[in-house]
Amino acid sequence: MKNRSIGTLFDKSVKGRTAVLPTQPSQSAKDMLPKGLLRQNAPRLPEVSELDVVRHFTNNSHKNFSIDGNLYPLGSCTMKYNPKVNESIAALPGFSSTHPLIPQLKGGEAYTQGSLQAVYEVEEVLCEINGMKAFTMQPMSGANGEFTGVMLIAAYHRDKGNKKTKIIVPDAAHGTNPASAMMAGYEVINLPSKDGMVDPEALEAALTDDVAALMMTCPNTLGIFENHLPSIVEKLRKIDALLYYDGANLNAIMGKMRVGDVGFDVVHLNLHKTMATPHGGGGPGSGAVGVSEKLVPYLPVARVVKNEDGSFALSYDFPKSIGYIAPFLGNFSVYLKAFAYIKRLGKEGIPRAAEFAVLNANYLRKSMESFLTVPFDRICMHEFVSSPPEGIRALDIAKALLENGIHAPTIYFPLIVNECLMFEPTETENKDTLDELIELMHEFVEKGKKDPEYLTKMPLTTPVRRLDETMAARNMILTQQEKVK
Amino acid sequence: MPYIPHTDEDIREMLNVIGVGSIDDLFADIQPEMRPQSFNLPKGMSECEVDSYFHSLAAKNKQDLISFLGAGYYDHYIPKAVDALSSRGEFLTSYTPYQPEVSQGTLQSIFEYQTAISRLFEMDCCNASVFDAGNALFEAGMMAARHTKHDTWVVDEAINPLWRKMLDTYSAELDITIVTVPHKDGISDKEALKAAINDDCAAVMVQNPNFFGAIDDFTELFEHAKAHKALGVLSVYPVMQSILKTPGEMGADIAIAEGQSLGLPLSFGGAYLGIITCTKALIRQIPGRIIGQTQDIDGKIGYVLTLQAREQHIRRAKATSNICSNQGLCALRSIIHMALLGPEGLRRTAENGMITARYAVEKLTAISGVKLLNDAPYGNEFALVLPKDAHEIASQMAENGIIPGFPVGQYYQNMDNILLVACTEKTTESHVDELASILGGLL
Repeated sequence: MKNRSIGTLFDKSVKGRTAVLPTQPSQSAKDMLPKGLLRQNAPRLPEVSELDVVRHFTNNSHKNFSIDGNLYPLGSCTMKYNPKVNESIAALPGFSSTHPLIPQLKGGEAYTQGSLQAVYEVEEVLCEINGMKAFTMQPMSGANGEFTGVMLIAAYHRDKGNKKTKIIVPDAAHGTNPASAMMAGYEVINLPSKDGMVDPEALEAALTDDVAALMMTCPNTLGIFENHLPSIVEKLRKIDALLYYDGANLNAIMGKMRVGDVGFDVVHLNLHKTMATPHGGGGPGSGAVGVSEKLVPYLPVARVVKNEDGSFALSYDFPKSIGYIAPFLGNFSVYLKAFAYIKRLGKEGIPRAAEFAVLNANYLRKSMESFLTVPFDRICMHEFVSSPPEGIRALDIAKALLENGIHAPTIYFPLIVNECLMFEPTETENKDTLDELIELMHEFVEKGKKDPEYLTKMPLTTPVRRLDETMAARNMILTQQEKVK
Repeated sequence: MPYIPHTDEDIREMLNVIGVGSIDDLFADIQPEMRPQSFNLPKGMSECEVDSYFHSLAAKNKQDLISFLGAGYYDHYIPKAVDALSSRGEFLTSYTPYQPEVSQGTLQSIFEYQTAISRLFEMDCCNASVFDAGNALFEAGMMAARHTKHDTWVVDEAINPLWRKMLDTYSAELDITIVTVPHKDGISDKEALKAAINDDCAAVMVQNPNFFGAIDDFTELFEHAKAHKALGVLSVYPVMQSILKTPGEMGADIAIAEGQSLGLPLSFGGAYLGIITCTKALIRQIPGRIIGQTQDIDGKIGYVLTLQAREQHIRRAKATSNICSNQGLCALRSIIHMALLGPEGLRRTAENGMITARYAVEKLTAISGVKLLNDAPYGNEFALVLPKDAHEIASQMAENGIIPGFPVGQYYQNMDNILLVACTEKTTESHVDELASILGGLL
């Protein structure tokens, strides 16, 4: 079926066409302000009808793969089903219309008790799930949570008078880890892996007195549980270095292990992964950060506290706080959805999500190991890495999947695996869907071995075919230029 | 089992393939001593129970307040088509567009967003968004520091205090010096700002309209900055930008904004939209995602994430920023919003708020002891001097169902009597009459 959406909003613009026009003002800006403060030309925004807008975005939406439409086994991204009930909850006018400055007015907290209670309770439940002492909901994404976590670590060491200048990051870690550590002023030490895990000997060698923290992802990005965890904790404690947990892969272990119990000092969660809030084509996310007792004094302000009478209030009385990560309490509309999801799943549902995520991942791994190279022959957690046979590129496999209506796995990450295909099916996919993926993957590998071109010309019928990224970088067309008439 | 589709038969077959006896066997790596020491969660709820729980929470927020609160975050009307289109699952439940062949919906929309914002601000380019205005201001400062290799930010005290607090937090561990230049009765002190720019200055940061609502022209200030090889950073209010002199016209190098006013609900502080734009010369310093136009192998126009060599997944510790997820869906909402309003609608929105603000100034300054803080030109927001403590007045009025504005004394010394009042196109004359009548009664 031909998608008739051709061109951009600006191409469709016709002078004088309007959509949702407000009332005609009785005065114009030039009657109210000095001329020198006004813009010379009206902004050249699209001039289109409401139907033009609706049709444009509806047709363009059809050019997207999404969880709602497609299997999306993108490794490390936890593309599980995003329940619809959560959307309607976040859109309730009682939540969506509240101005964030109301609780800052004297006595204003009384008018926002519902929102304050939601923040307090979601922090409480995240503490229990993760075994942490306190949470902040301010960080607005996973990377923003990492930055917050590292800032908390820096505040702790400064307060204790520790001279710490380095943060250790394993080579399999997400790129945001070293970038976040750098933004907090640390030197980043790259730690090579061994057998898909942190190498205890390499760690020992890297652990000098000036190490502030180790940032770990567990299970790591290879989908492997870090078996040396208890000894790692012990090594760090000896030099008062802290242990950071990157929560990108929490879906594998929630309810099975609490990071606080096993010795992590600070954790960021990606609620837009683990707790099923939609990723929105690139955000908004929510990167809630949890801490152990010793980091509580440094958490960002304002914090939500519970008064003796059971009411909720904002408190700024944390003199050692690192300050403001967000202007208010973070992406409230996002973590409200996560909170609704946690309420729905509850005590039994949270660990069950991890169980079925791991079951699905291992089923895929086992079913594909006869035709893919799976470098670590052991039980994986919620995701696993693999490589196609020699001569077949991960990129080409990815594109062949797109042609067949399935989103690609994560490719070429982690960097330490050759032609890496990283699959994360999540718990919400059924066996039939996984079987389709397995069958297609098998077919691609067989066809690719006989006829490499079969894969390299893929995809054929997607809204566009392979795009020239070099041309994009060279031409740098980042906005639509206006046609000279 | 909510959201889990497995039948007993499925589970059996899958365990057989894996070669283990039970799901528990898959977790053998987590030793018994590493298992949760407690897991005291309430048991799961049905969808109906969840829905009802959150309805009762939402009902605990007071919803019928008449509010004149703004201070950077405004209650504008959002056309219904914004919700309808942005909640389509194809947009809502897709990931960052790593596979462009099946992400053209997101990619083209963000390209259109970049285009619309660049035109609204008259700047060369725009990224795919950062988290919020405070974060955008910090990233602008970092762009300037890298570009100029200078380490000082000269910051106008009349920039939103919350965003300035974020600047302090975000730069705390970096070699950055922040010089804050005091405002004069709510007006940016341009001479003092100029005087503060020396040869260590990476950027001078100002806001228009400023936090107190005063509208200004910073052309000369930015020229002065240029002479010292420093960059001019301007924070703007997108709705007002439809009529005000643009960052481009003023010669700003970087322009940022809180995009909440473009189709995002107030939602108790988020999710919002950090807008960041710059001149062509600075494009390689901009953080985060950028969408570029290109062609596919058949010559068909398409869009991709571009200039990725700046980003964390390629450069790791040497990236321009750690940002990965941004506020993509919020950017989508804003382009839909801008398309529905068009240039005419955005201008009318700004003007209608301004007209009501003028009506409010007339009514409120007629009350004995109430006057404007200064005589600067203003848009839809202005600062009043009250004869009494503004916190107390606001608190008493709230009890009467009306929030008269924001008492700025919370963030500025010696300004306890100052009230910041905002009107939008949703504010009616009868709201203003009620405000004036109750305020008059209390003073």
